Amino acid sequence: MWENNFLAGLWPIFKKEVLQILRDPTTLFFALFVPIFEMVLLGVAVDTNVRQIKTVVYDLAKTQESQVLIERYISSDDFNVVAKVNSDRELYDKIVSGEAKVGIKIPEDYSRALQKNTSTSVLLIVDGSESNVTSEAVNVSSAITLQESLKRIATKSPGIVESRHKVLFNPNTRSANFFIPGLVAVVMQLMIIILISFSLVKERERGTLENLYLAPISPLGLMIGKMLPYGLLGFFELCWILLVMRYLFDVPIHGSVLLLLIFSIPFILTILGMGLIISTRARTQSEAMQLATSTLLPSIFLSGYIFSLDNMPQVFWIISRFIPTTYYIDTLRGIIIRGAEFKHLWMNGLALLVMGLTMLILAAFRFRQTNV
Amino acid sequence: MEPVILTKELTIKFGKFTAVNKVTFDVKEGEIFGLLGPNGSGKTTIIKALCGLITNALGEGKVLGLDIHKDSFKIKKRIGYMSQKFSLYEELTVNENLDFYAGIYQMKKDAIKVRKPEVLKLTGLTSYLERRAGALSGGWKQRLALACAIIHEPEVLFLDEPTAGIDPVARRTLWDLLFKLSGEGVTIFVTTHYMDEAERCRRVGYIYLSNLIAVGTIGELRQLPEISPDNSARLEILCNLPSEALVFIKELPYVWESTIFGQSIHVLCEANKREQLSKDLQDQGFNISQISPIIPSLEDIFVTLTNNIINKELGGGK
Repeated sequence: MWENNFLAGLWPIFKKEVLQILRDPTTLFFALFVPIFEMVLLGVAVDTNVRQIKTVVYDLAKTQESQVLIERYISSDDFNVVAKVNSDRELYDKIVSGEAKVGIKIPEDYSRALQKNTSTSVLLIVDGSESNVTSEAVNVSSAITLQESLKRIATKSPGIVESRHKVLFNPNTRSANFFIPGLVAVVMQLMIIILISFSLVKERERGTLENLYLAPISPLGLMIGKMLPYGLLGFFELCWILLVMRYLFDVPIHGSVLLLLIFSIPFILTILGMGLIISTRARTQSEAMQLATSTLLPSIFLSGYIFSLDNMPQVFWIISRFIPTTYYIDTLRGIIIRGAEFKHLWMNGLALLVMGLTMLILAAFRFRQTNV
Repeated sequence: MEPVILTKELTIKFGKFTAVNKVTFDVKEGEIFGLLGPNGSGKTTIIKALCGLITNALGEGKVLGLDIHKDSFKIKKRIGYMSQKFSLYEELTVNENLDFYAGIYQMKKDAIKVRKPEVLKLTGLTSYLERRAGALSGGWKQRLALACAIIHEPEVLFLDEPTAGIDPVARRTLWDLLFKLSGEGVTIFVTTHYMDEAERCRRVGYIYLSNLIAVGTIGELRQLPEISPDNSARLEILCNLPSEALVFIKELPYVWESTIFGQSIHVLCEANKREQLSKDLQDQGFNISQISPIIPSLEDIFVTLTNNIINKELGGGK
């Protein structure tokens, strides 16, 4: 009997909520397609950042072949040659001053080596302070030289061109796949918080919440009955986003997908709790929307999603430790990019679990107090 | 027999504001009790308190013999509630809405099977079973809301301004349904700010500025000393230019109270002043077609009660 009262109302609310999600096409659209639009938008935006990288060229060979290679760099659209220089000193100066992000140095014996069928290498000097620029420049440069080499195989002088690179200022470059795993966390967070808080605020606006409070259901039954369907939806959404990430954006997952899904559970619990807390505060849907977006900003800027936490002042680093997204993004990147395992990530999981439980207890507490 | 609803000096404060002030009344089994009062007078708060939703309520309150301070959960199981907002899930069908409410009232499957057709028949919703609630018109939404509120066979039904914002035909239909339910033994507690609805109730309470001013049947209310003071008479005057006449009448020393009702003026004045009033009006050039004593209507009663309060607040008056 006690147990019955403790969670009274859970099951009917769960069923009702599932029906409502399925019936309301905007909710489903919101949950499944908006993230894709955001990914495409942000994916493209991230892409444009690394187009037309300001480049300085130091061509020691000054031959027809070297000119062809430079043309290849220019026509790739990734490099925008802003200056041609005649000494190492000038080359470095251009990069240090920020006039160029990348320097291409073609050796004096470039053409001769190719004609002798031996290998030669182009040196790419990269400003490492912007990780995405670095990786893009290195990747594209390798591709260009590879292309050049392949083309040469068919000719009379099949010399090999290599691209060597030297990263200045920040030697630990990150992969181009740096952003999308983080985006998974941010998109999920926004969706889930908005959906669950809206579902409750809508009930308040329509007056159905009043009926629920006057019915023999327990606050906990109401809360869990609301959480479960949106938790499941969040999980479903996660799988969907991962699929899109893997097959549309071609981001490989180096670690275990199962581990990733398991680590997602405490994060989903945390954001469900945040959504519930918002729903106890907000009176209208627009108010809920404002509160939801305000949780998003720190999750974008202080979670390491865009700006590396290592380079931040101490204060922000400390703040980032209180943002659940920080741990989840780190976990996602760990598993997806670095192929990290449980032994590397359990601290993140623990942090998320603690935060998740705290949020839920707070939400339960607020649910008990909330009046209609 | 113990009353189904009973309060003694029920008081509810929100911060410094007293929403309900020492309210005492009772409602007997199977009766339709109407709580009448303007918006913001504390009607909804009383309903919420009776369901145990307000934790800091002071004074005594019992519903079905259960203490509102301790047995909220047990009370909720045995009552039904319907608000003016209809409180339906618009994405769900009529059938799913009913199932949902049956579910949260923890009804057993067999019981639902028996009860659902009964409720559908009573409210006439049988042919709309698979219709989405959002696609129903106002009157039908309201019937569905009622159906959801009574699916679990509540012993007491609370209706919070159930007819606010619906058309007169739907209002009538709703009241017919309420009479049927009352006939089945369900106790009905309804709040309203419509006089004509209050007149349909067996007993009425009038709440004004958080205070319960009067409770009783209309007959009992008419007997109240403040409604029919000794040496007083209540007259209805039919004359031309009633608005102008009212201005004049209000200034007469022997008239205590006057209001316009449609084309006529209702006056509470000293007894035996009918001839004088008629003469005074005619001297002013008004054409009187009729002047006759009347029994106070519910509206007269509430106008008088409200005026008494206002005059007291102002610290004087006639």
